[in-house]
This record gives sequence, C-alpha cells and structure tokens, in this order.
Amino acid sequence: MDSSADHAAGGHRGRHQPRHAAPRRRSGELSGLVLEVLGQAGRPLTAGEVAELLEGTGVGPLAYTTVVTILSRLHVHGLADRSRVGRAYAYRAVADEAQLAARRMRRVLDAEDDRAAVLARFVGGLNARDEQVLRRLLGPDLASGSQARDDPRDGAE
Amino acid sequence: MHIAVYLPLVLPALAMVSARWLAWRLEPRTATWLLTTSALALAAASSAALAILAATALGQLPLLAVVGHWSARVVGRNDPVSIAEALTACLLLAAAACATIRAAVRRVRAIVRAARESHRLRSAGRLAVLSDPAPDAYALPGLPGRIVVTAAMLDALDDRERSALLAHERTHLTGAHYLFVAVAELSAAANPLLYPVASAVRYSVERWADERAAKVTGDRHLVARTVGKAALLTDGYHKKPFATLAAARGKLRRAGPVPRRVQALLAAPPGSSPVVLVFALGVLALAAASTAEAAHDLLALLQIVGSP
Repeated sequence: MDSSADHAAGGHRGRHQPRHAAPRRRSGELSGLVLEVLGQAGRPLTAGEVAELLEGTGVGPLAYTTVVTILSRLHVHGLADRSRVGRAYAYRAVADEAQLAARRMRRVLDAEDDRAAVLARFVGGLNARDEQVLRRLLGPDLASGSQARDDPRDGAE
Repeated sequence: MHIAVYLPLVLPALAMVSARWLAWRLEPRTATWLLTTSALALAAASSAALAILAATALGQLPLLAVVGHWSARVVGRNDPVSIAEALTACLLLAAAACATIRAAVRRVRAIVRAARESHRLRSAGRLAVLSDPAPDAYALPGLPGRIVVTAAMLDALDDRERSALLAHERTHLTGAHYLFVAVAELSAAANPLLYPVASAVRYSVERWADERAAKVTGDRHLVARTVGKAALLTDGYHKKPFATLAAARGKLRRAGPVPRRVQALLAAPPGSSPVVLVFALGVLALAAASTAEAAHDLLALLQIVGSP
C-alpha cells in the first residue's frame, strides 16, 4: 500500500490525491493535528493511516506526500519516533499531549504583536520598584515566598 | 468655521490627562464603560472635525472650483480656514484612516486566531491547564472562551487563591472585556492622543475583574494576596527580561498597575461618584455638540458656494 520511496520530502505523488479541496492550512497547524492523531492512536501509525484519520476529522483530503513530509519533519525534530513496518514507517508521538498544547500556545501567542488584545493576563510585568511595594503591602502574607526559580531560561521560548 | 471645529481636536488632550485619574477614582465597571465610550466618541469627533477642515480645502482648490463651477475666491473669503490648514487636516485624516484600518485588521486577526486556539485546546469545561513550567494565567476570547492556567501557577496557589484567580478570569470572559480593549485601542489608532485612555481601559478591566472576584469569594484580602503572589511568582520566574520589558514600556517612574490593584483591593470597595460621571459626560456632550456645529457651518459654506 505505502511506498517507502515516498518518504523523500516532496517526492512523487504516490497516491493520486487531488489538490486541497479543503481550505489551505498552514503547515504548523497540520503538524499539530498530525501529532494529535498520533497521540490519540495509542499505537504506531503509518502515513496512510494518519492521512485517513485526518480525513475523518474533517480536515479535508490531504495529499499523501503532505502527510509523509509532516511525519518526516516531526521525526527530525524529535517529536515522533518511527519504526519499520514492512516497507513503510510507522510513527508514534513522543511528546506529551499537554506539553504540545503548551508549546503551541506559546508559539501562537508570542507571534502576536498585540498580545494584550488576545488575552487578559492575570498579572502583567513588574517594574523595578513594584516588587518592593508589593512586599510592603502584603508583607507576611507572602511568607511562602515567590518560589523564584533560578531558571536560566530567560523567557527565551 | 470658527472655534467649534477645533474643539473636538482639543478635547482628546483633556481625556489624555484625566483618563488615568478616572480609572483610579471611579468604580471599575463604570470607568470601563465611560472610558471606552469616551475614546470612541472622541476619536469619531476628532476625525469628523478633520474631515470638515479637509473639506474646506476642496472648496479652495482652483482646479476643483473650475470643474464645480464655483469661485474659489468666494469660498476663501467666506471661510477663515487657510488652505494650508485644510491640507494639513487632509494629511492627518489620511494617516488616521490608514492607522485605524491596519490596527483593525491586525486586531481581528489576532482575536480570530486566539479563538481558534481556544477551540482546539482539549479540555472538558472552560478551564484548560497547560503543563508549562512558566507560571501564567489568562483568559482567551472565543466560542467558547477559555481560561488558560499553567500547572506552575496552579501549584503555587492554595485552593482559595485558585478560586480567586478563576473568578477573576471568568469575569474577563463573561464581561467580554477584550471588546472594550479592542474599541479603545482602535480609537487610539485613529487619534494617538487617546493612547492613555486605551491603557486606562486595560487597567480598569483588570480592576473590574478584581472587584468581581472579591465579591464572589467574599474576601478582598484574599484576592489582593493572590494578585501579589502571582505577580511575584511570574516576575521571579522571568527575572531580568521582565524588568527590561517594563523599563522599555517606560513604567519605571511610578508604581505599576499590579501594586495599584493590590492597594485598591486592600482598601474599601470604590463607591460611585456622580459628580465625576456628570462632568465626564458633559465633556462628551460638548464634543458632540461642537462637531455638529462645525458640520452645520460647513453645510452653510457649501450653500453659499453653490448658489449662483
């Protein structure tokens, strides 16, 4: 059914799918959907099975090569494992569902210039004096501490 | 064309200096409504005034006068607005239109994208928990709107603080606060003098949600504590970058919005103050009236021009 030769990115069309009848989606969205499908399956899936499942969710007919490209990319980025099944590869999601949601959300929101438009954040930033003022106002109630983590992440997500 | 046409251009300056004070002084729900409608009304009035001024330029252009069979000199004599002024108004109006359209497109796109993300978040009810080590909590507009909280934030708060946080975010959703902010910021795009009003609206929707959370939980001090704790937690996690960000926004001069919110919660709930409200509405009425007056003047001018 699946030709492993199709795994070259942008290879020839193994299955003759029509061009997207559904509205074009950005590849980032499709990757997310593919990962969701992989995550829900509970067993490794081949590209053909993924394509069928995606069609079932109403994403619309996707070119087989598109699905293959996405799966290969996910594998390269370490988001999906793959193993040989006959002549094809079967893929399995690596990352945790919730982590993916978090990562995707952060990417979407960080890409927005007016982040304030999109979400009403519980607390905004503090300036240099704010921390002192807060501690003075709330004093002993904050005794549990701000649990400040010495995380060298520097918000560079 | 006398003073009437200039008044709507000057009043936004008045709004600019009084917006922050209104947001601090008035009860938050009233303040939000007042500031948002003021921003919209003043943006509309000042744009209309610019349009009226610009229209007088059309009357004085010799080329158009030839086409339209009127005397440019007659127009010029009857109207004290110089052509230079009128052309400046043209330019400002064009700039305002471009800025507003661009801002509107961006804003709508951002909201739609957020709503889509909100829809795709897998969660049974309104609350979505992200397993993210960064503490964060926010409300996403959409159908349905969702409250997004990271695991890190939830872990740091106790049960009561969590319910305060959720009550606050829920108010943002049920009150459709993102609409108020959108209207205010688009008005500021049309008239940059209104930027302080837009930021006052952003502040007062937070105060609105705080007050509602205080009412729902019945404990102002609890909400104050939750806000402060969440702020220090978030700030502590991001450390320097946040301070840099705040500095870039020029917030170093005085206490930022978060301590103000805590302070307001530790004090008694704000009461209504009819005097302030009446005064503010009076200013808006003045803006509307003077715009109408200027429009009337323009029509009179065109009638003079039009009559043989």
